Amino acid sequence: MGKTLFEKVWDAHVVSKIEGGPDVLYIDKHLIHEVTSPQAFTGLEKRGISLFRTQNTVATADHNVPTKNQHLPIAEPLSKFQVDKLTENCNKFGVTLYGLNHPFQGVVHVIGPELGITLPGMTIVCGDSHTSTHGAFGSIAFGIGTSEVEQVFATQCLMQTKPKTMKIEVNGKLNKGVLAKDIILYIISKISAAGGTGYFVEYCGSAISSLSMEARMTICNMSIEMGARGGMIAPDQTTFDYIKNKEFAPKGKKFDEAVEYWNDLYSDHDAKFDAVLSYDASDIEPMITYGTNPGMGIKITGKVPFVSEIKEESNRVSFKKSIDYMGLEEGETMLGKSVNYVFIGSCTNSRIEDLRIVAEFVKGKQKAPNINALIVPGSKQVQAQAKREGLDIILEAAGFELREPGCSACLGMNEDKVPKGEYCVSTSNRNFEGRQGPGARTFLASPLTAAAVAISGKISDVRTFNF
Amino acid sequence: MEKFITLQSTIVPLPIEDIDTDQIIPARFLKATSREGFGNNLFRDWRYDENNQPKADFVLNKSNISGKILVAGKNFGCGSSREHAAWAIHDYGFKVVISSFFADIFKNNALNNGLIPVQVSQEFLNRIFEEASKNVGLEINVNLETQTITVVGVGISEKFEISEYKKTCLINGYDDIDYLLSLKEKIETYEKTSKYLKIVNE
Repeated sequence: MGKTLFEKVWDAHVVSKIEGGPDVLYIDKHLIHEVTSPQAFTGLEKRGISLFRTQNTVATADHNVPTKNQHLPIAEPLSKFQVDKLTENCNKFGVTLYGLNHPFQGVVHVIGPELGITLPGMTIVCGDSHTSTHGAFGSIAFGIGTSEVEQVFATQCLMQTKPKTMKIEVNGKLNKGVLAKDIILYIISKISAAGGTGYFVEYCGSAISSLSMEARMTICNMSIEMGARGGMIAPDQTTFDYIKNKEFAPKGKKFDEAVEYWNDLYSDHDAKFDAVLSYDASDIEPMITYGTNPGMGIKITGKVPFVSEIKEESNRVSFKKSIDYMGLEEGETMLGKSVNYVFIGSCTNSRIEDLRIVAEFVKGKQKAPNINALIVPGSKQVQAQAKREGLDIILEAAGFELREPGCSACLGMNEDKVPKGEYCVSTSNRNFEGRQGPGARTFLASPLTAAAVAISGKISDVRTFNF
Repeated sequence: MEKFITLQSTIVPLPIEDIDTDQIIPARFLKATSREGFGNNLFRDWRYDENNQPKADFVLNKSNISGKILVAGKNFGCGSSREHAAWAIHDYGFKVVISSFFADIFKNNALNNGLIPVQVSQEFLNRIFEEASKNVGLEINVNLETQTITVVGVGISEKFEISEYKKTCLINGYDDIDYLLSLKEKIETYEKTSKYLKIVNE
């Protein structure tokens, strides 16, 4: 019987198998940031050991960094302490660091791909659940805890139980105004925030293979939001074209050899998945979430469900708690709801294509007076590219400001927070209670929908605009 | 790591589903660089109001409820990979979390810290919540050796799954890193034979 893409990559990385236990998996690339690494470095020090393969780890500062005046010292003392600690640890252990003032700095899941660090067929881990992003290249990429960060530091390996495999197929042509973000919000709304737990997903079908690499990253990024450890897409010509000439990608003959290897990375026609789901692209419309987990999504023209529609009784209490937190009523229409905050950024939607989509939409329009908008590029390179294309000027003319790169209001570890009780339409990945600041209420949506909300000052269907 | 064989304790019931790691420990409390002290901010925004006063109706603030076993609704620990969530629960004093379903990363993080995630059936979980609502002193016994969970005095019990490898680790207090460090030669052999490493490395 044939193998799935996942099995091909997994099997090529098994160092050893334990009877009745997990596999020992070799990790090709380890990305680290300031929040989930300090305790792992301390662990190494306590054991009196160093990194086993220092060159396989790359660090950046993203979660805690301000998005204004990055050339100045960080004002918030605890954030400064943590970012300084990362610098100290990287210096001490010899780890490559793209720190705050480095031209390669940025959100860890944005810089890996854009620097050609992320390659097909790899195993990639990071102490961050959105590591699933890198699966867009046909790599096995997943988030880990800090004890596991220490394991990778010490041995370049992890103990992992092989997950089950799930195929999610989306076929057909996408409707106007529908982006990759809508596809993934649609899928999660169908299978729930726990529907993928225990699985590694492969996305395929004509609607997926027609997507750009950046759009594929948006899809894989949110695999964790359905509970899946990761999601991957078989590499193809779109992938190879994206990788070619990237800073750290193989070059010349090495690149050709690599492509030859990568061309074998697909699920065999007779490969067996543990679960298979199929969706029709034409059924997907612009999406928005109404609740406090990413599975609570509806078409933007839809209504908040009624408690009586919730099938499982055990789920009803949580559902009610969720819509109470959001200040919504059962059966309420989302369109027209007044919103004062918009966040465009995060490892889900902060790449150059996202900024282009937003700039193109707001060009010649004006930001609604009630809107506070944050537009945060994913990396220094994205920021520089946006400026080269004059996107910053278009955004400014429409009343917006392009900030400096970081995770920003996706999780509010820096100053970029949404105030208590306020609604924010956000291109990020999580609408959990308090995620964007204590008491903040998040509606997840695509960059196009976020742009439409920023212009109208209320939840709007982007398809009703001229764009 | 602390050894774990068996535990009998009163419980803290939290019958809410999809409790994500942002609720367990909000991001703004992740700025510490050590593993200790996160228990103070466990369930911070459910536990305290904006003036840092305890919310009387939250279970951790009820003086008649305490215990070393946390019982929560399905899909516990979803969201972020922050191990700080497991540290916070453990630091607060819990040794076991019971739910009908755990998020994958949380489960690994818990096991790496000697915090035992015990997965029970939805029916069994519902029954625990029902019994706990009638009796605040309800005790549960978790036996890792026999992989059995028992609701004391009610006469119901259930078997739970755990990998043989993890079970051995927990009973003896071993962690994965000790084992991995012992495999160094195998890892080096793998590196020499990996076709992929040859292709992507200079």
